[in-house]
Amino acid sequence: MSAEHQNVSAEVSFQHEPSGDSVKRIWKTFWILLIITIVELALGLTLYALDLPDDLKRMLIKGTIIILSLAKAYFIVSVFMHLGDEIRNLILTIVIPLMLFIWFILAFIIDGNSYKHLRNKYDKSFLERTMETPPKKN
Amino acid sequence: MATTATVHQTKWWSGGKSPFNVEYGKLMMWYFLMSDAFTFGAFLISYGTIRFSQNYWPNPSDVFNTFPLAGEANLPLAFVSLMTFILIMSSVTMVLAVHEGHHGNRKGVVKWLAWTIVGGFAFLACQAWEWTHLLTGEHPTLVNGHIELWAQTVKHNPWGRLAESSAITDALKNTSPNVMAKMVYEHNHSMSLAQLAALPHDQLANMVNLAETHVREAGPIAFGGFFFGITGFHGFHVFSGVMINIIMLAMANNGVFDRRGHYLMIEKAGLYWHFVDLVWVFVFLCFYLI
Repeated sequence: MSAEHQNVSAEVSFQHEPSGDSVKRIWKTFWILLIITIVELALGLTLYALDLPDDLKRMLIKGTIIILSLAKAYFIVSVFMHLGDEIRNLILTIVIPLMLFIWFILAFIIDGNSYKHLRNKYDKSFLERTMETPPKKN
Repeated sequence: MATTATVHQTKWWSGGKSPFNVEYGKLMMWYFLMSDAFTFGAFLISYGTIRFSQNYWPNPSDVFNTFPLAGEANLPLAFVSLMTFILIMSSVTMVLAVHEGHHGNRKGVVKWLAWTIVGGFAFLACQAWEWTHLLTGEHPTLVNGHIELWAQTVKHNPWGRLAESSAITDALKNTSPNVMAKMVYEHNHSMSLAQLAALPHDQLANMVNLAETHVREAGPIAFGGFFFGITGFHGFHVFSGVMINIIMLAMANNGVFDRRGHYLMIEKAGLYWHFVDLVWVFVFLCFYLI
């Protein structure tokens, strides 16, 4: 029993915490996450209040919200999950496979978008039934 | 000076030790979470694909605008902000439990784990309320020339385009008295539902307040399946995370980890719990914010 534990601790060094102020670091991260979330909410409410059409301004606000969410994900994984304190080998074995998402998201979103355009082009009744503001009847 | 720097260089890949410098179980937890990230990612991406293939998609601020005990007040994003706050808070208490575990402080681990479990249950309670509210709602929806009261389910979506007033006036002629009575009663409590339903059909139709009542067309059906499917799958993760945390709490309280000499299990449970919070960041983003 105890020999096994000695074996484990000889092999692995459990020094994941920067010595000293790590509780401070946790609360600092909490405040960062909270502030980012509040900014996201403010942007989300702006989208709702302005009721913008699907134009560039709307896309920019949505893009900002997405980037802020990625920042939140970075802080959660790096500080709360301590991935930032692990050695490079471990970070890379997790992060490199996740890069598949770049293709995954782009390919499928572009495919959905292309399907919409094809349908709008060749099926006018679909366009009429589903466009944002219904055509006015005279 | 240059030579002293190379003294501590470890040859990670020369064998005899973990090249990742973590215990086996923790590494496997990381790999499990990575595969789970792809599962959630696939769900959210399929949702995005369907959404991009549609000309119209419901505005989340119209769908999720209620708050417990606030009646019909229009409060977009309010309740889901509370849920997000609860989950961030419980992530903080979890990381504090892990921190106490590093120092072998049993009391601290038990205290922070208990708060994490409270946060988990609070989140699940919020989700239960939200689902119930969506599944039992009654929203006037223009279907095949008459109006029906629809809830948000996996088969019905009452959040389509706003119907034209001429179409609504025509549809009211074919709408059942019970439905119209409910539409009137929502803004006018001078008569009971039964009294309203007993009125002549034309009189009742005239009483429907078209300025206050938003009648919508049927929205994209896929909305419900994606929403309940993905938030349900996430809720299932929260539930299993709470169960894992309860087991960890019992083990910590019984001194199992003190006898082992380390609190590595708390770290692994912590990884899972933070992952649940991480997924919520993206569920929150995809369903509520944009």
